[in-house]
Amino acid sequence: MNRSLLVPLSVIVFGVSVTTRGDTDAEVQARKDALDVAAAFSNDGFKIRDGHWCGIVKPHDHSLVAVNLYAGNEYWFSASATEPAKKIAVSVYDETGKKVTTESYDNGEKAAAGFAPPSSGEYLVSVDLLEGEQSSFCLVYSYK
Amino acid sequence: MICLARLAVIVLMAGIFAAFGAETGRIPADQLAKAATSDSISIPTPGELFAALEKSGKINWAGQYRGPIPMTYRNRPQIALNLGGLIADGFIAVEAKDGQQVKNIGSDIVKLAKALGVSEKLLSRGNSINEFAENSEWDTLQEELEATQNEVKSSMQSHADQDLVILVTLGGWIRGTQVVTSAILQNYDELAAKVLRQPALVHFMQSKINEISPELRNEPLIKDVSDQLGKIEKLVSFPPGKTPDVEEVRKVNEAVNKMMGEIESKEAPQ
Repeated sequence: MNRSLLVPLSVIVFGVSVTTRGDTDAEVQARKDALDVAAAFSNDGFKIRDGHWCGIVKPHDHSLVAVNLYAGNEYWFSASATEPAKKIAVSVYDETGKKVTTESYDNGEKAAAGFAPPSSGEYLVSVDLLEGEQSSFCLVYSYK
Repeated sequence: MICLARLAVIVLMAGIFAAFGAETGRIPADQLAKAATSDSISIPTPGELFAALEKSGKINWAGQYRGPIPMTYRNRPQIALNLGGLIADGFIAVEAKDGQQVKNIGSDIVKLAKALGVSEKLLSRGNSINEFAENSEWDTLQEELEATQNEVKSSMQSHADQDLVILVTLGGWIRGTQVVTSAILQNYDELAAKVLRQPALVHFMQSKINEISPELRNEPLIKDVSDQLGKIEKLVSFPPGKTPDVEEVRKVNEAVNKMMGEIESKEAPQ
């Protein structure tokens, strides 16, 4: 995966995406920013899933979502949080809860983790607040 | 006093254990169990499955086409399952880069969606699919198919047809798995066979079916599909790192073929 592609793109209009009913304004903004991060990987052949997961990140807490991945594919999980979050991290865990080694991109309230699963099955993606206060976040993912 | 000492030891051990967990980057089981699941992010699309399959080499996608299915089902759950299957067919046609097949399937998707009363916005999706197919815009077509699937589900939710959403997802997964197992059996490859390990995914879909209304759950077709899904969960529960052999792939293929046959059939099980 080419890290040089991680230059933030200006604006992405991902025409096919649908905003989930009930997303707050902060979540919509977080999702737009997460898609900006994911857009950088599109240049490297990654397709962005038309789905997202939004929620709240709190200090000293994991915001965890289950994903089902296929061996053979490569994935990037991109997240963004709104103020007052200052710094977040994205991590991936296997089905036993063990953290897996990922490539990472960190830029304050935006972060991403890249991963090629050796085995198909369930993995857990965690969005963690490292600095700042409780805030909204959104996670999207892309694959190739 | 002894009790207090024991308690102190337990608290100390728990603290050490928690610290150890944090240092080694392990999420405790109780937190794992609380992980969120969401249809839109926890369930992979057929496109993701096919992308993984293709890593093993050239796949004869056109060889995975099936004959036309009836467009005149009257049973709504059966329509939802077949709609999911058709969307998976769309992904297959995109992988085959077959514009005419994509257009035919796009038209069938709109017909079945109409039967569920979710077609208004989908008509424009159908037009877009035709346009992208004529211009051979394969990546965009894949995005459009995923968006179509999401729009069908979103429309179902707004029409209080929430129970049908999981059936669209399930129909797509069954058809996708039928194609993948069939392709692997035609040319067995260990890397390709690895994609079949999906116990949590099948378990998640089974649990979602258990949440639908008892009335719908007791429909003969849904009951049958749910029973068979339980058997399939066991067939795809390989240990991590274990690659299914040809015989194991064949068993999954036979099980999904049976399910797909019933889903397509005009005479659903009684």
